[in-house]
Amino acid sequence: MPATTLSVDKIYKLLEEVKDPEIPVLSLVDLGVITHIDIGDKVKIEMTPTFVGCPAIDYMKNDIITTLGKHDIDAEVEVNFRKPWSSDNISEKGKAAIKKFGLAPPPNSKLFTDLEILENAQCPRCNTTNTEIRNPFGPTLCRAIYYCNTCKEAFEQFKPI
Amino acid sequence: MANELNKEAIKELLYKMADDQLILGHRNSEWTGFGPLLEEDIAFSSMAQDKIGHSLALYTLLQDLGEQDPDTVAFTRNANQFRNCIFVELPNGEYDFSLIRHFLYDTAEAIRFEMLSSSTFTPLAQVATKIRGELRYHTMHANTWIKQLGSATEESINRLQKSLEFSIPYALGIFEPSPFQDTLKSEGVFEGEEVLQQKWKNRIVEVLGETNLTVPKWNTVVPQFGGREGKHSEHLQLLLEEMSEVFRSDPSAEW
Repeated sequence: MPATTLSVDKIYKLLEEVKDPEIPVLSLVDLGVITHIDIGDKVKIEMTPTFVGCPAIDYMKNDIITTLGKHDIDAEVEVNFRKPWSSDNISEKGKAAIKKFGLAPPPNSKLFTDLEILENAQCPRCNTTNTEIRNPFGPTLCRAIYYCNTCKEAFEQFKPI
Repeated sequence: MANELNKEAIKELLYKMADDQLILGHRNSEWTGFGPLLEEDIAFSSMAQDKIGHSLALYTLLQDLGEQDPDTVAFTRNANQFRNCIFVELPNGEYDFSLIRHFLYDTAEAIRFEMLSSSTFTPLAQVATKIRGELRYHTMHANTWIKQLGSATEESINRLQKSLEFSIPYALGIFEPSPFQDTLKSEGVFEGEEVLQQKWKNRIVEVLGETNLTVPKWNTVVPQFGGREGKHSEHLQLLLEEMSEVFRSDPSAEW
């Protein structure tokens, strides 16, 4: 596809096909990791990791290149920290997708000043806040482990950061 | 701008931070499968992944300043080329020591990245802003357990107290004076180890004040310096050999 017929909006639209490999219902656009798109001779995309040590970043980067390649778009992806990621960058649509996937979406990170705000996450199944944090660390860097006192079952939360 | 700032001074700062992260990250990873309870196994493994990720981000900044690529730097240097403090290379020992080290070191690290988030060296300020947010989970985790076990049973209090007294001289080694500290300060890159140490002491004392643990008498402690100059304990070379074993078996392997 010649670069002249492309627009930044169009690229964003195409990038909705690229999903978070750990949460396959959530697109990278809704996750908020795409920080800049520039269209010149090539399409230049800037992205930033959710966590600095995120092992999925190279996978996501290649996935972007492959997906755009399928639409005959030659893209270049740069990973940087110019606009550091916060869980507040996740769109409302993204938060709904996270909940549907079975994870509690992150609360506003600005409210999070100590452990107390983390005490009672809302259970993604029954919506109660009668829950308790079991571990601020979970199976991936971006998840914490909770227990719902109503469902009598554990659940995971996408951490506010 | 980096080219106007003193590059050697910035490299020294980045190397010691990156090496601390890599070595402590490796030590944390040694708890995988051995944690005293499953939650702690997951927590130390997760913090290991964070720290090794932080080291990669810092080694990448060094590469941008002309140093070798992160894998070469991480896996091919000898112990005397590492600039981490001795504290982070000490073996994990019992959980009480690992927990005290996690508390003392991560509190310092969190303050260091807070200070660096306003550094005049922009690439570092950007990375620091990001890392600072992640470290809140590390310090929160440490504080929760220190407060809980530091006020629980006679055994837990005694064991933590013993580890605290053993650790303090090594912890002060985190703040070993840098030959570049005046340059870093005057150029606005980093306020310096002394300022960091004072802030750290205040925060440590505040948390310990909520426990039955006794705060050390600072003026009687002799800091364990040397790590920042490449003088290490015998434990570092052994750690490096284990850490780099797979890499050295085929340095050109594609993963």
